[in-house]
Amino acid sequence: MKVFLMHPDRDFKLLGEREQRFPYRYVFPISTTQAALVQDLELDTLLGVMAQGDEFLFDMAKQAIFSSPDSPEAICYRQAVLKDCLKNPAIVREIYRIPIEAIENKRGGWLSILSRYPSGILSSAVQMLEMSVIQLRKLKHIADEYAEKFESEGFRRFFAMIQQELTDEYFAEVEEHLKILKFKHGVLVSAELGNGNEGRNYVLRKTNYDNGNWIKRLFPGTARQGRCAKKSPHYSCTLHPRDDAGARALGELKDRGVNLVANAAGQSADHIDSFFNILRLELAFYIGCLNLSERLAELGEPIAFPDPAPASERQHSFTGLYDVALVLTMKKKVMGNNVNADGKDLMIITGANQGGKSTFLRSIGLAQLMMQCGIFVPAESFSANVCMGLFTHYKREEDATMTSGKFDEELDRMSAIIDHIKPDAMVLFNESFAATNEREGSEIARQIVRALLEKRVKVCYVTHLYELASGFYNQQMENAIFLRADRQRSFRLIEAQPLQTSFGADLYTKIFN
Amino acid sequence: MTFHSILFDKRSFQKEATEQPVFFTDLNLDQVIDAITAHKQEYNLKPFYWTPLRDVETIYYRHEVMRDLEGETLMAHIKAFAEKLVIVRRYLGMVEKLDSHYHKLGWILESVLLYCEAMNHLLQGLGQVELRSRGFLAFHEYVTAYVHSRTFQVLQKEAQKVKSGLSNVKYSVIIQDGRFSVRKYEGETDYSVEVLQVFEKFKQGTPNSYLSDLHKGSGMNHIEAKILEFVALLYPKPFAALDQFCANHSQFIDDTIRIFDREIQFYVAYLDFIADVKYKGLNFCYPQVGASREVYDYDGFDLALAQALTLTEKRVVCNDFYLKDPERIIVVTGPNQGGKTTFARTFGQLHYLASIGCPVPGREARLFLFDQIYAHFERQEDIRNLRGKLEDDVARIHDILIHASTDSILIMNEIFASTTLQDAVLLSKAIMTRVMELDALCVWVTFIDELSSLSEKTVSMVSTVLPENPAMRTFKIIRKPADGLAYALSLAEKHRLTYKQIKERIQP
Repeated sequence: MKVFLMHPDRDFKLLGEREQRFPYRYVFPISTTQAALVQDLELDTLLGVMAQGDEFLFDMAKQAIFSSPDSPEAICYRQAVLKDCLKNPAIVREIYRIPIEAIENKRGGWLSILSRYPSGILSSAVQMLEMSVIQLRKLKHIADEYAEKFESEGFRRFFAMIQQELTDEYFAEVEEHLKILKFKHGVLVSAELGNGNEGRNYVLRKTNYDNGNWIKRLFPGTARQGRCAKKSPHYSCTLHPRDDAGARALGELKDRGVNLVANAAGQSADHIDSFFNILRLELAFYIGCLNLSERLAELGEPIAFPDPAPASERQHSFTGLYDVALVLTMKKKVMGNNVNADGKDLMIITGANQGGKSTFLRSIGLAQLMMQCGIFVPAESFSANVCMGLFTHYKREEDATMTSGKFDEELDRMSAIIDHIKPDAMVLFNESFAATNEREGSEIARQIVRALLEKRVKVCYVTHLYELASGFYNQQMENAIFLRADRQRSFRLIEAQPLQTSFGADLYTKIFN
Repeated sequence: MTFHSILFDKRSFQKEATEQPVFFTDLNLDQVIDAITAHKQEYNLKPFYWTPLRDVETIYYRHEVMRDLEGETLMAHIKAFAEKLVIVRRYLGMVEKLDSHYHKLGWILESVLLYCEAMNHLLQGLGQVELRSRGFLAFHEYVTAYVHSRTFQVLQKEAQKVKSGLSNVKYSVIIQDGRFSVRKYEGETDYSVEVLQVFEKFKQGTPNSYLSDLHKGSGMNHIEAKILEFVALLYPKPFAALDQFCANHSQFIDDTIRIFDREIQFYVAYLDFIADVKYKGLNFCYPQVGASREVYDYDGFDLALAQALTLTEKRVVCNDFYLKDPERIIVVTGPNQGGKTTFARTFGQLHYLASIGCPVPGREARLFLFDQIYAHFERQEDIRNLRGKLEDDVARIHDILIHASTDSILIMNEIFASTTLQDAVLLSKAIMTRVMELDALCVWVTFIDELSSLSEKTVSMVSTVLPENPAMRTFKIIRKPADGLAYALSLAEKHRLTYKQIKERIQP
């Protein structure tokens, strides 16, 4: 049974595997350039809102962002599924609850005590299989009821598959197996007192009485439930019927020998379990998108489904593009930007400190990532070509690992980017190469940018290196656009040439006097 | 001689800091202290390392104790003692979470037995070494008196007697679904082999295993507790003895011993930590500490860096510095990635470590007993802080200058590197003038050469390169005039980031 909601023709493949230890994060090896992207674009803020405190949603959104498809068609497949989700949020969330419940039942039931109580594994494995049948029946019901409301290729195929695979015969077969998996036995175990008076040296013993009779002799039929009766030289106790923990504990002592049986039951449960896992994995991304869209709607910010163009083209035009990370952090509406950079390879952003340059750069990066994994974008309208990789090169704090000086560290990160970069990628520079003096920083940056452009790499560069910005401006390149931040214009960027500015003297006077 | 504390001679007791000093991160002292305390979390040692002393006598008191502990035999005894007390505390911590009466008492008994053993061994150990420090001599006297006290002796004898009674108990549990029974063990034979054979046919060759590891940690559920209750009914005598024992000895750990056990770890942790660093051929010394501003340190190094390199083959480069009156400000210039920041950190770290009474990196040192260290290192842009970066920098420096005194130490690292050159020069000069007026000790790392010769208070030090290969740094910082050379382009070439190199590197 295939879910296929993320890709038309394959499972959503995880990068890396689930951690074996609680809290079970889905981590994957992340390259240093990817780590930089997460940090520079404040990606965790976006992921955090998609997750709404749910680490699993967080991990899945992150997985999706780092395994984006690179064709406009694949992006549109997801956009169609997502549009269905936005149209039927309640139904989609209901479907998502099915694997969640199954997994919660499983955790509550037995996985948490997996390594300690074999009797618990056995009875809970049976319980879990029973639960699984209930969840599967729910899924079938939703498919029968609501399939008509969905239009996307992805959802139509999914519902058809459910109706075909989950027949009554299938349910009957599973339930038959559940009846067999019961186990009753009585045992005799010897022990001594170890440290802390805890029992130790448990040994399963063969009773000296005749088979079957000894239990009756020890537990006369008149014993009242929940009360302990003394019968010399024995002390006996009957558990209250609702004392589940007690039953499990007894099981632990009792069934040191049923380890193997428990093993078989657990493996049977796994088969159904894996289907729920995949369903949960593939829906998690869309649930994250629903959360995000709802949050942005609350804040009154627009969203738009972007128009992706092939990687070989140069498109980048938008209206009302805002920094979604900033909006989600500040929890209020911010001013969006309008830019038409179609046909441009180089975007240089200069201007006043606090003028919204970094925010703008981040909005470019986040919109690109969101578009490429199939999410809507934070804008009124947006179209851009797909990028074969997005990289950020931001100025950093002193390197905490101390392997290099600041400038060397910048060059080191740049070199790592060059190692991974391909034509039609995009690089976002934020105040890069300013750790040395202005003249040298500009020269190094100029050489790097020139080489990247000639290799068909798209570049957006925020800089206060006047020499760098004006150098490119004076060349009057057709494929370059120059934007300037201007505090008077409330964080909105305008298309304008770089200016040489100096605020130092004013600032000193203002703060020191 | 009355024993007071292994960290403080009596007069100078100082309250533990509750937060790490603000400059810790910039100086990478957080990494140092993290590494020192990494394996000692339960002692909560960080407050000791966060609390600089203002009193020279206490610093020397600690030096003495530290020197005694450098003897291997004493160190081994102290560590053995500490390990036992860790377990004692673990048992007692566990007891608080337990419900079953005889289970609790059982663990209390174990902890008493172990505590007694720890004290006997400690006393024996202290007797075997020649102690010199005021701290240890007084402590030895204290332990001798305590172990021979009647309180301790009674505790020990009774514990051993009770334990021996419980060890002889042997019983059986008979279990069916929902009920069980306990009786004395009557010699029945081992049954597990037969049971295993019955379930052989359920075995399957599948990858996911649900076989349980039946090794059981400490702990007891209510069924086991009930069983223990029944066992106590079957064997009343040894359990009555246990009840009596615990009633008589509820608080058995001596307060002074408890405090010592934590405080001594301040030294143990530090010595353990520097032992690994010394292994790389690096020196530590006990510095002179005081009010003289003519400070020096020979063959000093960044302890955080040295620690990070301990497991590698890489060599740690040592540097010297000294200041002679009227010199106050070391201005460090020179090629990037030449060890300038490391040098600045080292200066701050040495002074800080001296102030908590620890040996410091270097062969020989005299260091200044400061009132406060202020460090200004560049900060990353923060989405939550929408003030402009430059304004933020100026404001932070202003804040430092308001609070700093003549007795403070200032570490300025590459400030204003992200503004225009014009602004950087103007602001740096204005601020350095203020630092000179303050007359405080300062290390100032910058790319602006002219700062190094502003007045008689400034000393120029430069990070150096190999003359034959300018891209090779020596990481030596030496006294000489700033030479205005910057090596950025040679560095770019080393990273294969020139125009030509990048063109060759990017392939479809």
